Amino acid sequence: MPLQRLMVWHNSLTIHRITEMKKMTFNPTLSSKKTRKIKRFMPLYLMMIPGLTYLIINNYLPMPGLMIAFKKFKYNKGIWGSPWVGLKNFTFLVNSQDLALLLRNTILYNVAFIVLGTLLSITVAILLNELHKKKLQQTFQTIILIPHLMSYVIIAYIVYALFGGEYGMINGSILKPLGLQPISWYTEEQHWPYILTIVNLWKSFGYSSIVYYATIVGFDASLYEAALVDGANKFQCIFKITLPLLKHVIITLTLFSIGHIFYSDFGLFYQVPMNSGMLYNTTSTIDTYVYKGLMGDSNLGRASAAGFIQSFAGFICVLAANTVVRKLEAESALF
Amino acid sequence: MRSKGLERTALIVMILLSLFCIVPLLLVVTSSFTSEKALYTYGYSLFPSEFSLDAYRYLLASKDRLFRSYLLSFLVTIIGTVTSVTITTLLAYPLSKRDLPGRNFFSFAIFFTMLFNGGLIPTYMVYSQTFHIKDTLWALIVPGLLMSGFSVILVRTYLTTNIPLDILDAAEIDGASQYRIFFSIVLPMSLPILATIGFMTGLAYWNDWQNGLYYLVRRTDLFTIQNLLNRIQSSADALKNSTANDMFAQGMDIPSVGARMAISVFAILPMLAVYPFFQKGFIKGITIGGVKG
Repeated sequence: MPLQRLMVWHNSLTIHRITEMKKMTFNPTLSSKKTRKIKRFMPLYLMMIPGLTYLIINNYLPMPGLMIAFKKFKYNKGIWGSPWVGLKNFTFLVNSQDLALLLRNTILYNVAFIVLGTLLSITVAILLNELHKKKLQQTFQTIILIPHLMSYVIIAYIVYALFGGEYGMINGSILKPLGLQPISWYTEEQHWPYILTIVNLWKSFGYSSIVYYATIVGFDASLYEAALVDGANKFQCIFKITLPLLKHVIITLTLFSIGHIFYSDFGLFYQVPMNSGMLYNTTSTIDTYVYKGLMGDSNLGRASAAGFIQSFAGFICVLAANTVVRKLEAESALF
Repeated sequence: MRSKGLERTALIVMILLSLFCIVPLLLVVTSSFTSEKALYTYGYSLFPSEFSLDAYRYLLASKDRLFRSYLLSFLVTIIGTVTSVTITTLLAYPLSKRDLPGRNFFSFAIFFTMLFNGGLIPTYMVYSQTFHIKDTLWALIVPGLLMSGFSVILVRTYLTTNIPLDILDAAEIDGASQYRIFFSIVLPMSLPILATIGFMTGLAYWNDWQNGLYYLVRRTDLFTIQNLLNRIQSSADALKNSTANDMFAQGMDIPSVGARMAISVFAILPMLAVYPFFQKGFIKGITIGGVKG
C-alpha cells in the first residue's frame, strides 16, 4: 500500500504544478483586501479543522513519544516523567542479538516480496493484456483482487486449515494419501519463509498487477502496430516494447518499496504464524517485536529502541529512494 | 494480428492463478459444511465426506455473543466510514483551492505523515494515557483508521482535475457561500472518488482487528467479529497447550472447528457482497497512482 500512496502523491503534485502555472498566466492579480480575504477563506479554514485535529492527535502527538527509546519507562510517571537512561535500551537491543535477527528477517522478507511480487505482477499484467476479450479481462481483475478483501484473521484461519495439525489439508489430503509423513508445520521454523512469502503474494499480487496493467493499457497502440507491420512477433513486442516502456514504472515502484524496507505487515507476521513461539527465528520482524514489548511479553525498552530505529531508518530510506528516483527520472520523484 | 498460442497460454495461466486465489476461500466454506466427525477423521477437505449443518446450528444456538459482535462490526464500519469520508473531503476541498493562503504548509503537514510516524508504542501511549481510549467504543473507530494523508491527497487530486474552476468561480461571483458551493457543487461532483475512498475505508474498518487487540483488554463485549475470531483462535491455541484457560472468560465455550469456519464465512460475506458495486471505483482508485506515462 505505501508505495501506491506515494505514487498518488506524486501525480497530484504534477497536476498541481500544471494548474498553478495556468493560474499564473490567466489570473495575474487577485484583489486582496484583507477583510474580504478573511471573509472568503474563513469557511474554508473552518472546514479543515476536524481533519487537521485528527492528524495532530493521530500522527503528530505520538512523534515526540519516540524519546521513550532513551528512557526507562514507568507507567505511573508516563513518557515525560520517566527517567532518562541514555543509549542503554539500544545497547541492550544490540547485545541481545535481537536486532540482528529482526533486521535480517524484516529486510530479507521485504527483498523476497519485492523481487517475486514484481516479477509475478508484471507477468500477470502482460498476460491480462494479451487476453483481448474485455469480459475476460474484467473477470480476472475481479478475481485476483478478492484475496485483498480478506483480513489477516481470516487468512490465518485459512492457512491453519491448510497446514494446521494432523487435520490440515496438506497433511491430511495430500501427504497422507501419497504415503508421506505428515509435517508439523507450526513447530518447524524452516518452512515459514516459504509459507509467508506465498501468503504475501496471494494477498497482494492482484493489487500490484492492476497497477502495472493500467500502465500497459496506456501505452501508445501505434508502436505495436508499427512493430507488427515490420514483422515483429508477439514476444519481440513484449521484450522490445512493453518491458522497456515499463522500465521507469518498475524502477520507481521498486525504489519506493525499498524505501519501506524497515516496515513489515504486522498482520502477516503476527496472525499467520499464530504467534507460535517455536517459529520465532523465522517469523519475528520489527513490528511483531515492538508489539510484544508493548504487551509486556518482552522488554519494553528494547522494543521502543527497535521502534525508534524503524521510524528513523524508514524515514531516511524514503528520502534516499526519492533522491535516487529524482536522479533517474526527475518527473517521477515525490518531491 | 494475434498470437493464438500466447493468448491460450495467457488464458490457462490466468485460470490457474484465479484458482490459486479462490480455492483457499472455498476450503473455508466447505469445511463449515463438514461434520465435526469427518473433520477430525479426514481433516479439512474441499470435498467433504460428510455434509452437515451442525456448525450453522451452533451459530444459531449461541447467537447472543456472535450477533452482538457482528452488529458491532457493522456499526463501527458505518460510523467510521461516514465520519472518515466527511472529514477527508472537508480537508481536501480547501486544499484544492490554489489561492488558499498557507496551502503549501498544510499540504506538507499532510504529506509528512506519510513519510514519518511515531510507530506503535508512542501512538499507543498517546491514545491510552492522554485520551484514555482503552476499553471504549472510541478505540475501534479513532486510532489509525479515521483519516489518512493518502485519501486526502487522492480526493484533492480528484477535485483539482475534475471540477472546472469556471464553475466554482461563477458560483462565487453569483454570491454563493463557500458552504453552499461545497454542498451543492463540490460534493455531487466528487461522488465517484468518495465511493472509492469510502469502499477502501469501509474495507479497512471491517477487516480491522488490531485496534481491538491493542485497546480492548477488559471490555470483550465490545469485540467486533474480527476480534472475536482472533480471540477464539488464541484461546483454542492456549487450551491446546493447556497453559491458560481463563482467556476466553465470560463463560463462552470455544466453538468447534466447523463453527469457527462458519463464523469466518459470515465475516467474509459482507465485503464480498458489496465488492461488485464498488469494484470499478476500487480499481480506479488503485490505478490513479500507477497511471503515469
